[in-house]
Amino acid sequence: MQSPNEISARRRSRAEKTMLVASSVFLVVAACAGLLAPMLSPHSPAGLEEARILEGPSWSHWMGTDGLGRDLLTRILYGARVSLTVGIGTGVIALVVGSLYGLVSGYIGGALDNLLMRIVDVFYGLPDLLIFILLSLVFGRNIGGVLVALGLVTWVRFARIARGQVLQAREFLYIEGARAIGASRFRIILRHILPNVAGPILVTLTFSIPAAILAESTLSFIGLGINDPYNPWGTSWGTLAQDGWRAMRTYPHIILFPGLAIFLTILSFNFLGNGLRDILDPKGR
Amino acid sequence: MVRFLLKRLLHALAVLWVVATLTFVLLRITPGGPFDRERRLPPEVLANIAAKYHLDEPLWSQYARYLKGIAKGDLGPSYKYLDRSVRDIVADTLPVSATLGLLALGLALALSFPAGLTAAYYQSSWTDRLCLFVATLGISLPSFILGALLIWIFSLQLGWLQAGRWGEMGSAVLPSFTLGAAPAAYLTYLLRSSLLDTLGEDFIRTARAKGLRESRVLFKHALSHSLIPVLTVFGPLTAALLTGSFVVEYVFAIPGMGRFFITAVTDRDYPLIMGVTLVYTALLVSANLVVDLLYSFFDPRIRTR
Repeated sequence: MQSPNEISARRRSRAEKTMLVASSVFLVVAACAGLLAPMLSPHSPAGLEEARILEGPSWSHWMGTDGLGRDLLTRILYGARVSLTVGIGTGVIALVVGSLYGLVSGYIGGALDNLLMRIVDVFYGLPDLLIFILLSLVFGRNIGGVLVALGLVTWVRFARIARGQVLQAREFLYIEGARAIGASRFRIILRHILPNVAGPILVTLTFSIPAAILAESTLSFIGLGINDPYNPWGTSWGTLAQDGWRAMRTYPHIILFPGLAIFLTILSFNFLGNGLRDILDPKGR
Repeated sequence: MVRFLLKRLLHALAVLWVVATLTFVLLRITPGGPFDRERRLPPEVLANIAAKYHLDEPLWSQYARYLKGIAKGDLGPSYKYLDRSVRDIVADTLPVSATLGLLALGLALALSFPAGLTAAYYQSSWTDRLCLFVATLGISLPSFILGALLIWIFSLQLGWLQAGRWGEMGSAVLPSFTLGAAPAAYLTYLLRSSLLDTLGEDFIRTARAKGLRESRVLFKHALSHSLIPVLTVFGPLTAALLTGSFVVEYVFAIPGMGRFFITAVTDRDYPLIMGVTLVYTALLVSANLVVDLLYSFFDPRIRTR
């Protein structure tokens, strides 16, 4: 017989599974739509139509047009490329740099570990968003600059997680076995430790992607992020929201759709992260 | 204890020094300068400006001058606001940002405690699920979208509250809610999971077995024990409120430090950028310091590390 608690736990996990599937579907659709944007839309993201400025949603322009008569749906599809690339790109850069740093630091230990972790501590104390703004001033207001700047403020998260996991894994018997048969340090780290610490790192990745999308769109919204209008990769969802913000009083649809895109994407990644954490680390809840 | 305190203080100073140096270096290597105009200024004028702000000196002496100024609490002149020093601007705008931050923090606590307690106590009920769902929404909704949405509903459509005109009656309601929503959601999550851990402990069963009232078990025994993990996030929480504040100040046109930071970045007003960044860092570092101290006070095991 099942206790009422178990039943409701199972029911809850079913609701969560639905959200997990819905989120994954949304993200896959958004990513494909971004990739295939030129094929999906009959309009060009830069195609001006002077006669159809600031129109609301209609059959020819599903999300309406902006202040220059550009099709908003097309701009959002092209923006999806930029926003998702920033999110996933930042996550991957930070993962590679941070994990290697943490792996080396944790595995070698001693004075080096102490020094490397002091550096991480200092990075942790920095006001992320401000440093990000200053870095993007240096690297430029294009997607490459934002990627580098965001990667530089995000990597420390991975460094801490990876190091903590290595410290645990180092004590396991099979690592000692590998060392005993003469495997090199490098081989032990990559072949034996890395696969065992992958779970928490993967969860961190899923949560740093929406954090990066949030940071970038916030910055673009206040006019300090990506803005490179002559480049097809120069407009993110945040840039579009900034456009809409200025016209919100009379034309709310221009901010509604990019805002919705940002919100749903971040929400989906968060659901995905929660789901992954439950699967990989059942005690984490 | 004294050693622990000294170590933390040293760390705080190190963070401040790194930020001071980092901003100095970053702003020196940034392309474009504060005195670039569309019409180029004559070289004599540029030389005069450079001499006035000591930009003609070698970099290391500029750096030394800058650090010496910070040590004395002097953040230098503003390039943009000629009649005000950076310190004046910070003194004028910091109270505004602090008010907003404290209101948001109060709101976050007022929302998250009842929500977290109810969710944990009635685990897996529909209330719990609703709280979790709303919290996930709250974490995922960027503050600029929430702010725009609130303005659209409450000022443009209903006309109940105004957006902007900071200082007038009711002008703080929408911004505080916008800034406090994400921290409220985050705290709810945390309090719920911390309470769930505690409620499974033996001493809770003992308290119940003694026949204590449920309210006493929950508020006295469980809650006080669950607060320690919640305390640790006050550092990141302060960071979130600080950095969140400049988006909210932008959206609601609030004359706080964050809004000045944004205009300073567009104006390339380097001393103002550096000054505001330093003040933000100092606030963040002190918040972390206080949390460390409180934490070591509540949990003596930390001190020995």
